[in-house]
Amino acid sequence: MQTYRLPKIPTVDQVQVESRAAAFTTRSIKKGAKKAALELAIRMMDLTTLEGMDTEGKVQMMCNKAMQPMIGRPCPSVAAVCVYPTLVGVAKRALVGSDVKVAAVATAFPSGQSFLPIRLEEIRQTVAEGADEIDMVISRGAFLAGEYARIYDEVAASKQACGPAHLKVILETGELGTYDQVRKASQIAMDAGADFIKTSTGKVSEAATLPVTLVMFEAVRDFFFQTGKRIGIKPAGGIRKAKQAWQYLVMVKETLGDDWLTPDLFRLGASSLLNDVLMQLQRLETGNYQSSLYFSED
Amino acid sequence: MTTKTNEQAHSRDMASLLFGDLWGYAPSPESTDHVRYAQRYGHFINGRFVEGKDHFSSINPATEEVIAEFASADEAEVDRAVQAARAAYVGVWGKMKPAERAKYIYRLGRLIQENARELAILESMDGGKPIKESRDVDIPLVAAHFLYYAGWADKLHYAFPGATVSSIGVAGQVIPWNFPLLMAAWKLAPALAAGNTVVLKPAETTPLTAMKLAELCQEADLPAGVVNIVNGAGRTGAAIVKHPDVDKVAFTGSTEVGKIIQRAIAGTRKRLTLELGGKGANIIFEDAPIDQAVEGIIQGIFFNQGHVCCAGSRLLVQESVAKEVIQKLRIRMESLRVGDPLDKNTDVGAINSRAQLDKIHELVQSGIDEGAHIHQSACHLPSRGFFFRPTVFTEVSQSHRIAQEEIFGPVLSVLTFRTPDEALKKANNSPYGLSAGIWSDKGSKLFSVAGAIRAGVVWGNTYNQFDPASPFGGYKESGFGREGGLHGLKPYLEVR
Repeated sequence: MQTYRLPKIPTVDQVQVESRAAAFTTRSIKKGAKKAALELAIRMMDLTTLEGMDTEGKVQMMCNKAMQPMIGRPCPSVAAVCVYPTLVGVAKRALVGSDVKVAAVATAFPSGQSFLPIRLEEIRQTVAEGADEIDMVISRGAFLAGEYARIYDEVAASKQACGPAHLKVILETGELGTYDQVRKASQIAMDAGADFIKTSTGKVSEAATLPVTLVMFEAVRDFFFQTGKRIGIKPAGGIRKAKQAWQYLVMVKETLGDDWLTPDLFRLGASSLLNDVLMQLQRLETGNYQSSLYFSED
Repeated sequence: MTTKTNEQAHSRDMASLLFGDLWGYAPSPESTDHVRYAQRYGHFINGRFVEGKDHFSSINPATEEVIAEFASADEAEVDRAVQAARAAYVGVWGKMKPAERAKYIYRLGRLIQENARELAILESMDGGKPIKESRDVDIPLVAAHFLYYAGWADKLHYAFPGATVSSIGVAGQVIPWNFPLLMAAWKLAPALAAGNTVVLKPAETTPLTAMKLAELCQEADLPAGVVNIVNGAGRTGAAIVKHPDVDKVAFTGSTEVGKIIQRAIAGTRKRLTLELGGKGANIIFEDAPIDQAVEGIIQGIFFNQGHVCCAGSRLLVQESVAKEVIQKLRIRMESLRVGDPLDKNTDVGAINSRAQLDKIHELVQSGIDEGAHIHQSACHLPSRGFFFRPTVFTEVSQSHRIAQEEIFGPVLSVLTFRTPDEALKKANNSPYGLSAGIWSDKGSKLFSVAGAIRAGVVWGNTYNQFDPASPFGGYKESGFGREGGLHGLKPYLEVR
């Protein structure tokens, strides 16, 4: 097997990428545009619960919320639920008959610090349980040590272990240190066969940010120019408000264009975003903010 | 004409990124309900608004509708303004305790901030610039300039250690239409801080916010005659420049007029600073952060529709990355939103005047005739008003007019180079020398090139950054004298 070599990729200027990302937050999204954005955000959402205390009952209830986010008005279902491997079966059964996909975090999530055969076996078993999508983590330690070929090989092996399931590769950008590193990690993941690249596990304090996600968009765009392949992106962690959601959509629209404005290529990973989006939708229609008591907490 | 529609031809040829209307932004116009302005303005002389004659109209370039009428000052009216300024200089301002002067200037800065929203809207209505720029760039910088120079007013002796400083007298100031209120602030703030009084003439296509500024001078209780603002076109400007009792002339505008002014005051005691045209080189080396450089190119040339004297209107890109940079530039242009300046999502607004639009058309046609390749964004242009598509020329040579002459519009000329020396040579091969940008991840290269470029402002891995503490001004035919920072005080002081 040939050893992977990182191709030449552009460097990233921190100041400029942050000011560019900030510019997206000044877009004024009103009325019909806001309604469309909020509905799109729901359709792109990976409703997530990743706690040690997760139970079958909790996952069952979240799946119901995923299929029917709101009572009393037509509302799209979310894109997927995201759970730990042992709860995939529960989610799968709960979601029978709906379009909502089941995503599972595998590969010794969130640290990835386990033996590769075990991580790969975890993927295989999770897919066998019925997972449609696997969210793997890269070995940040190896990445920071410059062992890029190892990262490539692990992602490629994970992709193979996924079989028909889609592979999302979590870069854990909060642990990578610089935008240049984010860009490198994105490149390796895409070269190795990732279907999606994802910012964060949600388990370290610095999760998804607009500039980090912009760097990933630019990597995805260049990869598309070079290969013709469209890779998806999933910012996850720290996205709690509807306003943040549409800022991400603005960035998608103006960086990657219409083709990426679909749940097939863009997802928002979030555990508490949904109700804020629903509240904003309700406000657009009624002109008033409803009490949070009217939005189910599942 | 040159702006033939290429919407159909556009289709999906550019690596298939599609910037369409799958999710469109709803119109988000800034409300103009609360802005107040008169239908007719004369001049502001000796602390009062006075009637004038020979009125002309200032129109909204996005709608071609008349906003208000403005008088044209003749020699006699300019003389009244200069006399008022002289009397205020001798009687009040020149002998006021510097700390007291500072209070007035602070107050002006605060009033600008308090009225920021209205000023931003008026600036966009009168001049055509996008509201997001007048709101986020112009007006905040206006306030920042007043506040910055207010701080210097009682510290002038520390500004030039070992020297004795004193004010000069009456300053005659003539400003352009591209940043109407900001240019007024650049001129007024240092002049007032140094203890001078002023006669200012705003540009005839954008006089509105200067009249609002006059109202704020009244509100700030600025002593009568310290700031006088006269309206009018070239003739009024000439009357200010030639007035025998003006001690200092400051002009921002075209190189052509700058030369006329220089000739007009040659042999007199008058001091002069000129901030004139430019043809800024934006140099992209192969080791640049490419995606951010592309954004810098976009900001460098399309900011304020390219009506920027320091615009990065000549792109010098290293051949090894030229293809990639041009591809990305063209894609980025497609997501620029051109249209109603008052819409909060507009990136590129209206061209300031029909005359300027005609000039842009003329120069773009010359680019086509000389054999350069034109690329324009496929955006929809409004049916009314003065608009021009964001435009990039590739295959441009130094010998083309579009590489030499200042277009002052949203038109970029792309040239390539092979080595840093060649880049430097091409960057300096211009009668202008106002600004330049350098993009490279390699610090040593960045600093060595920056040091050798003959331009007053050189940005490294950024473009169009302004701050009141930073001096700005030209080399060669881009003028002389500096505005901003400590340097900006000097032209308004006698330093002994």
